[in-house]
Amino acid sequence: MIEGILTGLLGLTEGVQILFTIAGLKQIVMLIIGGTLIFLGVKKDVEPLLLVPIGFGCVLVNIPGSELMHQGIDIGAKQVLDALGPNAPEALRALAKDDTGFLRSIYNMGIANELFPLLIFIGIGAMTDFGPLLENPKILLFGAAGQCGIFLTLLLALWLGFPHLEAVSIAVIGACDGPTAIYVASQYAPQLLGPISVAAYSYMALVPIIQPPIMKALTTDKERKTHMPTVKRTVSLNAKVMFPIIVTIVTGLIAPKGLPLMASIMLGNFMRECGAVSRLTKASENEIANIATLFLGIAIGATMAADDFLKPTTLAIFALGFVAICLDTIVGVLFGKIWYTLSGGKVNPLIGAAGISAFPMAARVVQAQGQRYDKRNFLLMHAMGANCGGQIGSVAAAAVMLSVLKGLGLI
Amino acid sequence: MDKLTFGLTMMVVGIGGTFLTLSILIWSIALLKKIFPLSAEDGSKSNRG
Repeated sequence: MIEGILTGLLGLTEGVQILFTIAGLKQIVMLIIGGTLIFLGVKKDVEPLLLVPIGFGCVLVNIPGSELMHQGIDIGAKQVLDALGPNAPEALRALAKDDTGFLRSIYNMGIANELFPLLIFIGIGAMTDFGPLLENPKILLFGAAGQCGIFLTLLLALWLGFPHLEAVSIAVIGACDGPTAIYVASQYAPQLLGPISVAAYSYMALVPIIQPPIMKALTTDKERKTHMPTVKRTVSLNAKVMFPIIVTIVTGLIAPKGLPLMASIMLGNFMRECGAVSRLTKASENEIANIATLFLGIAIGATMAADDFLKPTTLAIFALGFVAICLDTIVGVLFGKIWYTLSGGKVNPLIGAAGISAFPMAARVVQAQGQRYDKRNFLLMHAMGANCGGQIGSVAAAAVMLSVLKGLGLI
Repeated sequence: MDKLTFGLTMMVVGIGGTFLTLSILIWSIALLKKIFPLSAEDGSKSNRG
């Protein structure tokens, strides 16, 4: 009996014992990283809706012996075992214990099949007013220029030695669009999902710090003080209702591999604008988006197991993500300068920095920078238009990339 | 396909494809605005449910 008690006590201290091994040290580092993410979310207000569940998932999966991401037997294998009956080899039975960890269940439920990012996109579509973009549609081009960082970073990632699909998944951090980055990474580089997601959301939160120095360095005082005319209302409600349908069809025809992304955001926006399904719209922008965000965050955090996360690759991904967002801003502002010249000084080049998907943060940064140099300069509505363009542009860029990959026979 | 060819192909077709897609959307929006012009009714009601 005493032996049994001692063995039982040893079982209780198993987790603590692992902590004092080399593998345990890695897990301690990950517990600190998870705690830091939670701290940033709670105390520093850095993307709290994502970083808090991601941090918590990271802590959970790195508690020694927790096995919350354990992949149990799949249904097909279970059927084989059942068919074999008592003749099934013992080793196979041991491997086939049906004890899938609860974080693995969440992961399989909505990350492995890309469901959660798409549900979040329906919510984003339901929350977004594309009005400022529709008033001045040409500004959509800023949304294309703002994606150039993705493709330049892709070259850099390939040069650093990343395989083709991993390089594509890393480059999509430059879309400044968390759900898109997760959607692409979960399909084509699931082993990098943790670092890519954390980098994407961290840099989105850091847009107000990353962008202003670049904007200042690339523009002259005269350019920054350029005033733009007030946006007048020219778009009818019917045009706003038809817009999401047209976008879905056009982008679906050009880049069908990215259709789930664009269709989700446009479904949400169509429900918002048509006004006939207000209950669904409210559910999409509140309950559905919130539930999907919670599960997505905790499942992403669960991919941050020490052995998978603490690698030089992770540092490279963070560095490439930073470069991608800087390049987006640089190309966007340079595109703005070209437009400034071609329009005879009527377009403020700062607007170019808003052509990314971080909505509405990038637009607010442009407004703040414009007013920093001229208090009477109101760029917000124009910047909002470019920012809406960035949202559509980021999804379009990812969709185009996926379709090109399919065309090349790589997926 | 080697990495340089792949990267350059993705860059050219990717950037070109994104600009093309968004350019078609700009044209589509302009068309939408012509088909559904702003009316007096639009000023007085909002579709948001």
